[in-house]
Amino acid sequence: MINSKYFLKGFKSIKGVGSPAIALGASFIAIGALLKNLGFSIQESIFSTFLTYALPGSLVMAESMLIGASLINIFIAVWLVNARLYPMTVALMPLLMHKNQPRWKYYLSCHFIAVSSWLIMKDNYEDIEKENRIDFWIGIGTATWSVAIFSTVIGYIASDFLNKDILIGLAIINPIYFICMMLGAMKTIQISLSVILGAILGPAFYFLSPEWCILFGGFIAGTIAFFLGERYGK
Amino acid sequence: MASNIIIVIFVTSLATYLSRFLGVVSAEKIKETSKMFRWFNCLAYSTLAALIARIVIFPLGSLSEIDYLIRFIVVILSIFVFYLTNKNLVYPTLFSAIMLSLFSTYL
Repeated sequence: MINSKYFLKGFKSIKGVGSPAIALGASFIAIGALLKNLGFSIQESIFSTFLTYALPGSLVMAESMLIGASLINIFIAVWLVNARLYPMTVALMPLLMHKNQPRWKYYLSCHFIAVSSWLIMKDNYEDIEKENRIDFWIGIGTATWSVAIFSTVIGYIASDFLNKDILIGLAIINPIYFICMMLGAMKTIQISLSVILGAILGPAFYFLSPEWCILFGGFIAGTIAFFLGERYGK
Repeated sequence: MASNIIIVIFVTSLATYLSRFLGVVSAEKIKETSKMFRWFNCLAYSTLAALIARIVIFPLGSLSEIDYLIRFIVVILSIFVFYLTNKNLVYPTLFSAIMLSLFSTYL
């Protein structure tokens, strides 16, 4: 059903110099501590990371609960902040689809799409034959997801020992990891322009709308990068 | 409250899975060699860059207590470490956390 050779190959991506484990671990430790302070039980915290596995979404959920937002408002706020997962999925799945593979694998494993797993897959897919990419992907996804769940538990248990300075240190790790991975991914004109324009327009649109700035800024930046890249070479 | 938390978790995960699910539905009709695919690829990278830039420039939570100049210096130094260590991802991430903790303690 799942080719264990490729699954394990993907799973091992959490080791080595490109490992996302520290970055993922740092942020989900912070989430575990946050959920404990919000009054979640340890089971509920595990359940939350298990089912959502998207950091900004969990943060928005926590914020919304603090201000006592309604369920529909929580749904909209989370959907907005995690809507980036849509273009990410569309930009990944066609690389993994193969006629010999069952469709349920795609609908189930799309749950693993998050920034770190996505960037790792984008960085490595060319080395794997197309038919086996989905199993490789499921390996990466299972590994990163496990790190996230495990770290949530650690953060929950250790929350009393995490003082303000440690939490600040933990909070910078994830953005630094993503910045470095994005720099490493800038191999074509189109991607380089997308990254640079996105990093400028996203914060610029913040002054117009803090909620929509990522989607607006991202959409306009990506579209400009696409047209410029098509015209002046990929 | 306990059942309430469970419902909130379900609502959050549903709102998150929706984008992933619709992404797979759309992906079934898009070839990896098409222009449409390249456009979505640009959108994915630009949206991610926008998200990360927003986290660093307009952070929520504990990072917002740090002066933006310090955040800026830590980001630049970490990028420097990234290239210095031949694109190793572990060193710059560890370095950034230690730097920021030291800065926030002693500055």
